[in-house]
Parts: sequence; structure tokens; C-alpha cells
Amino acid sequence: MNLKKKATTGSNKNKKHRKIVSCQLKTRLRTDNRQPTTHMELKDKLIASFMAFEEQVDVNADLHDVRTLAIKNFEEKGFPTKKEEAWKYTSLNTILKNDFSVFPKHENAIEFADVKKYFLHEIDTYKVVFIDGVFSSFLSSTTHDGIDVCLMSSALNKPKYKMVIDTYFNKIASKDESLTSLNTAFASEGAYINIPKSKVTDKPIEIMYFSTGSEAALLVQPRNLIIVGENSHVQIIERHQSLNENAVLTNSVTEIFAQKRTIVDFYKIQNDNHFASLIDNTYVSQQQESHVHVNTFSFGGNLTRNNLNFYHFGERIESHLNGITIIGEKQHVDHYTLVHHAKPNCESFQDYKGIFSDNATGVFNGKIYVEKEAQKTNAFQKSNNILLSDKATINAKPQLEIFADDVKCSHGCTIGQLDETAMFYMQSRGIPKKEAKALLMYAFSNAVIESIRIPELKQRITKIIANKLGVKIGFDL
Amino acid sequence: MLSIKNLHASVEDKEILKGINLEVKAGEVHAIMGPNGSGKSTLSAVIAGNENYEVTAGEVFLDGEDLSDLAPEERAHKGVFLSFQYPVEIPGVSVTNFMRTAINETRKANGKEEMPANEMLKLIREKSELLEIDRKFLSRSLNEGFSGGEKKRNEIFQMAMLEPKLAILDETDSGLDIDALRIVANGVNKLKSDKNAVIVITHYQRLLDYIVPDFVHVLYNGRIVKSGGKELAYELEEKGYDWIKQEQEA
Repeated sequence: MNLKKKATTGSNKNKKHRKIVSCQLKTRLRTDNRQPTTHMELKDKLIASFMAFEEQVDVNADLHDVRTLAIKNFEEKGFPTKKEEAWKYTSLNTILKNDFSVFPKHENAIEFADVKKYFLHEIDTYKVVFIDGVFSSFLSSTTHDGIDVCLMSSALNKPKYKMVIDTYFNKIASKDESLTSLNTAFASEGAYINIPKSKVTDKPIEIMYFSTGSEAALLVQPRNLIIVGENSHVQIIERHQSLNENAVLTNSVTEIFAQKRTIVDFYKIQNDNHFASLIDNTYVSQQQESHVHVNTFSFGGNLTRNNLNFYHFGERIESHLNGITIIGEKQHVDHYTLVHHAKPNCESFQDYKGIFSDNATGVFNGKIYVEKEAQKTNAFQKSNNILLSDKATINAKPQLEIFADDVKCSHGCTIGQLDETAMFYMQSRGIPKKEAKALLMYAFSNAVIESIRIPELKQRITKIIANKLGVKIGFDL
Repeated sequence: MLSIKNLHASVEDKEILKGINLEVKAGEVHAIMGPNGSGKSTLSAVIAGNENYEVTAGEVFLDGEDLSDLAPEERAHKGVFLSFQYPVEIPGVSVTNFMRTAINETRKANGKEEMPANEMLKLIREKSELLEIDRKFLSRSLNEGFSGGEKKRNEIFQMAMLEPKLAILDETDSGLDIDALRIVANGVNKLKSDKNAVIVITHYQRLLDYIVPDFVHVLYNGRIVKSGGKELAYELEEKGYDWIKQEQEA
């Protein structure tokens, strides 16, 4: 092992009775003496803009009802604060002090050459691209040929999509969680992907959100809907990228419906600059025998919160949640996951690797919920972390709630430093300290990198990691 | 080639090496023997530059250059190689990738271009055949799940790849069965030349049947207390270390 285990939480097997396990590992608690402020200003502004917003967009009666309920929920709950258990380690206070524009005033254009590097340009892909929340047909490459890769705004407004929208829109997303409700209330644009039965998508789909910084501070709320028909396969890459040093807050909601026997690979690349924050709310609905992989690569951004929720509606489902987090300075990444096992014979695997330097803080909160009916569940959860500085922090909190009596569930968290013996071994072979460190960290996250099933993306991620670690070494031969 | 003068080293304030003097010339094989806890592994770690040991007095010179202030990787770049008693497992880094990085970093440090991939592959093939290493083995994670013998063979394979001036083999024979021992020793012998030198650190005489030393030194309580030719090794094998201890304590 590369890691000296400082602490390991136990594993729980074959639960006989209901048991709630919750444990915490802390190496250092952040002292946060700031008084919680009420975010009346932004909240009021949002509620006030709601009516104006609804007048702007064409709305049918059903959508109007959905939105009204959502804004009501947001009005009641407001922005989450650290007083809530789910937000104990992540504070939005500082970010919410920005005077965010809720609707961008300008239409902005970007040259492809300037943003080419953010795309997986080595291969052909479908592209749905937004600039400051507005669709860019110039940068996009959408399709209606056999599959729908297009815009949420068309899907929400055109009658031919009404049945699909009625069936799926806001059906798996939480109606209770305030930030999701805020997004629902204002949902108007994003990617709409509908893959019919028995289709293997011929190339990956890239969903890209750019912000140009034309506003001093911008709040964007993308809304993606992804429906994958029976037996179909799809690979999707999502990225949010700010091109300027003005503040951006993205509150994104993605709903994914994986029908029977589908295979969905979803990759989230979070490598934004220090002025951009992201709250990603992703909800996955899985039918019988579907396999869904969500891989989250968090290498950048100011504050990133990933709310990733999986719900099972059939048997023999597989859910894979993988993550690599490599951050430094004062960056903050919070992974908040839920896998809801509701049917028998399903499996879920969570594998999160984190490397934290400087004053960076990380959170991993993973909840596994196993209903009484969900016998023969296999649910595994791992959170392995390396702290490279005395001031870096990780808070890891597995939560298992198990109501079935014949299940295998386990969780394990490790927090450690780089192994000195391994460092000496590598140095004694001529590999300098910095490179040895990089190689060890790459090795540490290797299991997750190996799970990337698009070779060009794998190369890209490897390159980002090498850059992040400040070395110029190839990691494979 | 290697010149150690009055070397004192301690770990956590406990003095382990208490004044070592040793001269090794190019083309020579030296064996360092001694009972457990005499400081054999400390000596090899200090030569390789392990920062866990504090050198409190004395110097180590390689070809006239003082190594004292050099990091382990810098010593490696100058041609020092240590075969570990307990090679470290590094999951996620393949043997090939590790070797490529090590060789290219060494070349870079010596002002040379990176080795082209085809040349690297050729070298790997050649050296792995020398150590009778299966090629599948090379794409596996470094030392992870390797048997004791595989780990040691892999150490000598790395030595063959890096072609050091001075190779220190720290208890390379421990955990080896007779076949593996023969392969490892054969590898070392083929790499020997009049331009390099080998220090074999061992508890037993067994390895020295295969890698024949020019000099044998006995390390006891942090000092070299006896030096001689290869016959000294047989004497130790026969009589054990007790007579050395008694001689010292008398």
C-alpha cells in the first residue's frame, strides 16, 4: 500500500436488523467563526424575478404548476446553511454575497479556436454548447437523426416533446431540496438528450457550459434531461468552464433516466478557475439491469458541491460512482452521494480518491440506503484520501441505513500521507522527489482513471493530472 | 571508486554506525557480513542517501566526489544503486513505466536526451531475458503481489537496466530459493565489469558461492572489525558470529 492508514472505519456485513451507521473521520476541523448571514438579498432578488421570468418564457400550464411549487419550496427553505446536517462542512455564505445577475444581459460569442482545448477535439463528438446560459448554435453540433441531442428550451416548448416532458421532466429530481427547486423554478435551458430503444450512440456527447464574464457576477442554472431507451448505450461528458475572472455560480440539475439494460457512462470534468463555483445536482433513475457510471473529476473551481443521487426501480442494477479530487490553495470540493437500493439483487460501487494540498478542504458524505425489499444487495463505498499539507482537511462521513437482512454493505475511509519508504525507493532509482510524488499520486488515483472508457478522455484526464502535479511525465508506455 | 571515511550515522539519536572505513575499487566485489543489528542495512541506506538516517561524522566519496549533500536521486544519477532488502510495492505503476521514468530522469540529469521508445523496449526485452523474467510480469504493478523471489529478481532487473557504477545488494539472497538465487547471481555476474563495483550485504555465506567476493568485511556493533579474503566467509559460516562477538568483548 502507498498509504499509511491513519484510520479505517469498519465494514458491515450481513445486517440482521435495521442499523444506522454513521462515522466521521476528521483530521482537522476548519474553524469558521463567521456568523451565518441570511441571504435575503439574493433570495429576494430571485423570488422577485420569478414572475418576470415566467412572462419571458412560453409556459404551458403543467410547467407553470411545477415551477410555482418549486419557487414556493425555495422561498420556504432558502439557501442551505451550515446548520443543516447535509451542509455542515460547506458554506455558501461568501459566494452568495456576490451581486449575481440572474439573467445575462448580453448575447456573447466565442471563437472556437479560443475554447477548442476544452473539447475532446481529437475525436468527433456531438456537442451541446452554452455561453452564459444561452445556447450557441455556432459551437454546437446537435442531431435529430435517430437520436435527439438538442436543447432543453425546444423540448420544453415544442408540442411534439410534450409527452416526454410530462413523463420525465422533474420526475426524479428532488422536490424537497431547495437548490434543486431553485433550478426547477427557473429551468429553461440545458441539454436534452433522448436516445430511443436499442441504439448504441456512434460518438460521445459533450455538454459544455462556458461563461464569458460579461457580467460582474453571474448565476447560471442549467437543466439537463437525459433519457436512454431500453438496450441503448451512451457516453456523455459534461464540463463547466469560466473564461474570465468574474464570479460565476452554477446551480445545475441533471436528470438521467436509464431504462432496462442500458449502459450510461457519464463523465463530469470540473477543472474551472478560482472564481467559479458549482453546485451540481444529478439524479439518476435506473430500471432493471441498467448499468450507470458517473465519474467525477474535480481538479479546479472555487467551491464545488456534487449532489449525486441514484434511485433503483428494478432488479440486477449496477451503479458506479467514481471520483478523483485533486485540489490545493483554498479550494473546496464536497461529494454528497446517495444510492437508494429499493429492489433485490442490485449492486453499487463508490470509489472516491482525494488529494488535498495547501489549505484545500474536501468532504465525502456517502449515503447508502437499503430498503427492506432490497435483499441480496451489494453496496460498497470507499473514500481514500491523501493530505499533502498540515492545513488541508478532509471530512469523510459514510452513512449506511439498512432495512434488509441479507445484504453485503461495506464502507472504508483512509486518510494518509505519501509513503516515505516508497518515495525513497523511487528516488534511489533516480526519480526526483517531485516526479516520484506525482507518480505515487497518479498511482493512487489509477483505479478510477482506468475506469474511463473513452481513450482520448483518459489521455486528457491523465494530462490534466500531470499538469496539476506540475510534472512532465507520461504515465503509461 | 567508493571511499568511506570514519562514517558515523544515527537514527532517532541512536548511533548505529560508529566509524566505518571502507575502500572499494572499480572491478571489485566486496561482501559485508555480520550478525543481525550490526548496522549492515544502515550502511547501505546511508550510502544511498536515505534521509531518515543522520550522518553525524565522516564522509562518503564516489570517484572523489563527496556525496554528503546529495539527494538519493542525485546519487542514483551518479551511478549508485541499492537493491532493497524489502522492495516497496507501488500499486498502479507498472514495472515498465517505472523503469522508463527512472532511466529518462537519469538521462535528463546527465544532459542526455530521453531514450526513444523502441530502444527502451529493446533494452527491456534484453534485460528481462537475462533475469528470466516473463514479459507479462513487466506490465504488472511494481512489486505488487510479487513473490519474494520475483521481487529480488526485479531488483536485479532494475540494476541491469540502470547499469550503475556501484551496486549495493542488501540481503538480496533472503527469501530466495536455490533456482532464484542462481538466476539473480548469474545476472549480477554478467553485469560485472572492470568499470563497476558491487557490495554484497549478507548474513549468510550461501550467496557468496555464486557471487564470489574479492574482500569480505565483518560488521559488528557499527564498525568493521575484521576484513579478509573470501575464506573469511567460510570461517564465519563454520563458526558463526559468536567468536567475533567474544573477540570484541574480550
